[in-house]
Amino acid sequence: MAGISIELLLASLMVAATPILLAAIGELVVEKAGVLNLGVEGMMITGAICGFAVAVETGSPTLGFAGAALGGAALSVIFAVLTQLLLSNHVATGLALTLFGLGFSALIGQGYVGVKPPSTPQINLGVLSDIPFLGPVLLSHDLMVYLGLALVAAVWAVLKFTRTGLILRAIGESHDAAHALGYKVVRLRFLAILFGGASAGLGGAYLSLVRVPQWTEGMTAGAGWIALALVVFGAWKPWRVLLGAYLFGGVSVLQLNLQAAGLKVPVELLSMSPYLITILVLVIMSADKRRAALNAPAALGRVFHATT
Amino acid sequence: MTASPLIPPLLRLDGLTKAYPGVIANNSVGFSIAPGEIHALLGENGAGKSTLVKMIYGLVKPDSGRMELHGEAYAPSEPSIARRRGVAMVFQHFSLFEALDVAENIALGMEDPPPRRDLAERIRSVSAEYGLPLDPSRRVGDLSAGERQRVEIIRCLLQNPRLLIMDEPTSVLTPQEVDMLFTTLRTLSAEGTAILYISHKLDEIRSLCDGATVLRHGKVVGSCVPRETTARAMAELMVGATLQTPARAAGDRGDVLLEARGLSLPAEREFGTALRDVNFQVRAGEILGIGGVAGNGQDELLSVLTGETVAPPGTLFFQGADMAPHGPRKRRELGLLTAPEERLGHAAAPDMTLVENALLTGIPRRGLTQSGFVNWPRTKDFAERIIADFDVRTPGSHVAARALSGGNLQKFVIGREVLQAPGALIVNQPTWGVDAAAAASIRQALLDLAEGGAALIVISQDLEEILEIADNFAALNEGRLSAPRPAAGLSLDEIGLMMGGAHDMETAHHAVP
Repeated sequence: MAGISIELLLASLMVAATPILLAAIGELVVEKAGVLNLGVEGMMITGAICGFAVAVETGSPTLGFAGAALGGAALSVIFAVLTQLLLSNHVATGLALTLFGLGFSALIGQGYVGVKPPSTPQINLGVLSDIPFLGPVLLSHDLMVYLGLALVAAVWAVLKFTRTGLILRAIGESHDAAHALGYKVVRLRFLAILFGGASAGLGGAYLSLVRVPQWTEGMTAGAGWIALALVVFGAWKPWRVLLGAYLFGGVSVLQLNLQAAGLKVPVELLSMSPYLITILVLVIMSADKRRAALNAPAALGRVFHATT
Repeated sequence: MTASPLIPPLLRLDGLTKAYPGVIANNSVGFSIAPGEIHALLGENGAGKSTLVKMIYGLVKPDSGRMELHGEAYAPSEPSIARRRGVAMVFQHFSLFEALDVAENIALGMEDPPPRRDLAERIRSVSAEYGLPLDPSRRVGDLSAGERQRVEIIRCLLQNPRLLIMDEPTSVLTPQEVDMLFTTLRTLSAEGTAILYISHKLDEIRSLCDGATVLRHGKVVGSCVPRETTARAMAELMVGATLQTPARAAGDRGDVLLEARGLSLPAEREFGTALRDVNFQVRAGEILGIGGVAGNGQDELLSVLTGETVAPPGTLFFQGADMAPHGPRKRRELGLLTAPEERLGHAAAPDMTLVENALLTGIPRRGLTQSGFVNWPRTKDFAERIIADFDVRTPGSHVAARALSGGNLQKFVIGREVLQAPGALIVNQPTWGVDAAAAASIRQALLDLAEGGAALIVISQDLEEILEIADNFAALNEGRLSAPRPAAGLSLDEIGLMMGGAHDMETAHHAVP
């Protein structure tokens, strides 16, 4: 136990949380627009391999992340066309998207197993990064960690303060009423789904380019599902999703350290602990059913068909 | 302010036509509205009123014909263009977002809404100016029907509309709220805003409107000045036939079939009403009318009668047996049937066909299942009998419930219960949103049922309806039921007192200053 350094733990917590944070904040926007996309896992892993492949081929992690966002968004286009234009069921389509993404990524990834990606640089704030404790914990990560945080703040501000955010929430609340007022339900949902896909893609690429960093088949290992759970148990609130993601990241890092420290607890129990603890905490936080229900988008998962 | 040839019309419609597969919703419709005129649009359910106003509001594109606003060509391709040209609309089914607050809802219906703080200020000032009290920061989900409508009206008023379209605005309002609304509308009219007013309540139209256009099967079949004609004449113009007034023979009353003794029940939901010491007796062949401002316990009373909520033992009796241990299914088997107010979602499952919906309540009494298997041919026969007997206008029994217009679905829902030969039937708002002819036929069916020896409770906001068909009248006020009194000879003043007098507006809605 003595071998665990708080400083290192906190520093790696932010890194560990970033993939699911990116995926979850994208899915939050999608669900706020009234769309339930269960394909997060599939979009993440597609982003993971697209980002990995582009980074390896071009040697640029930045282009890699751009490719990952594009790859995730491209996969989400399939979902958007099926659910928004062809009115297919959200749940079934999302599940299919996950299965497709897992298989498709394995296919593309055949040539990349065992390849080492170019490393993603960490920001260097000079003096600031050298501040004891705070420097390594907060100020010496790569840009994606901060992008994740910025995205949470941006989504929160857009949903709360802007007209676009208001319209998005309105569409998720009652697409019929929004349509009657003349808002473009399908168009806005389409854009929300693309955003969700791009975010999930970034989250996936963060796994394959930074966190691991290498490509293995099925490497997301359920991170997409945790992202989905975070959105629901975080009651569709961006800051709670951030909290959930950091909790998950923190427990994942801690249990790895505990394993390394040789704690006398079965490894299986330790491995499942991040999932268990995150969900448990969020369930307790959203235990007041009535208040949680108030925040749930009322039209979530319902197919919209304009009748006029 | 009658339309005169000297004043150029505000809105002129000419030869508007819109066809849907299988039906011509509007066939060469033309009329005009003068500035400041309150113009009624009349017609039965399905006569094409909704399609017409949707074309004016830019939600539906006409196949042919033209519109002029202020003498200029007007062809809105979407509602935001209509709003910019000064056309606003209050919807029949509220187009509000329950999880959002009043100010957010209003902002959504505006082009270029001001910042939130200014908007809240303007909402307060407009609501004070037109006598429509409203707090901008309340969640719409917590508001009463009347308050929700105020949200819609204020949303329109903030844009200074020159034409305000109102689709059935009073169907969910209490008499007091209707009076408030009419005062507002008259003020607007005096300021020069024209109002296109759709309603089934012909007496309201007579007191409010300057002119009226009547549609039947998508065509203009006449126009009139409502003040100079009678409600009956307008109704007959709408239907194109002579109207039957519901009538019944004064029969003998039988034994007490349905009885409540000291029925009390705490409120289940946060905004619900507790029932307090409710007592009544309904005899075979009797119709008990229950009036009262919405939200005073009507829904709670209905659900305790259906068995959705459980009454304490010894408080509710049907045919002398205590109903407390019996759930909805058992009560239906015994002959205690109900038709709730909310058609889609409570009385009928929206996405299921009429046959399936007929099955849902018809199983116990019509023998539609055998050893767990559904007898579909028999169920289909039952559904088709309802459709035929109650003149439900639908392409067939295979159609989903949500595809029917409100009035037609209401006929189906009531017909489904009536045809099960109930021992006692409780209906809530039986003719809400139903046109005059269909309402008359539903009322007639209820009267016939009573004549056949059933005990009926009719819960309604429509006092005239209650006085027309009920033998006895009682009022619900904050969960208390007044002692029933014979309906014949009861004056509106006496009813007002029974309903709790003038103060009940405040108490019923917990109005926030």
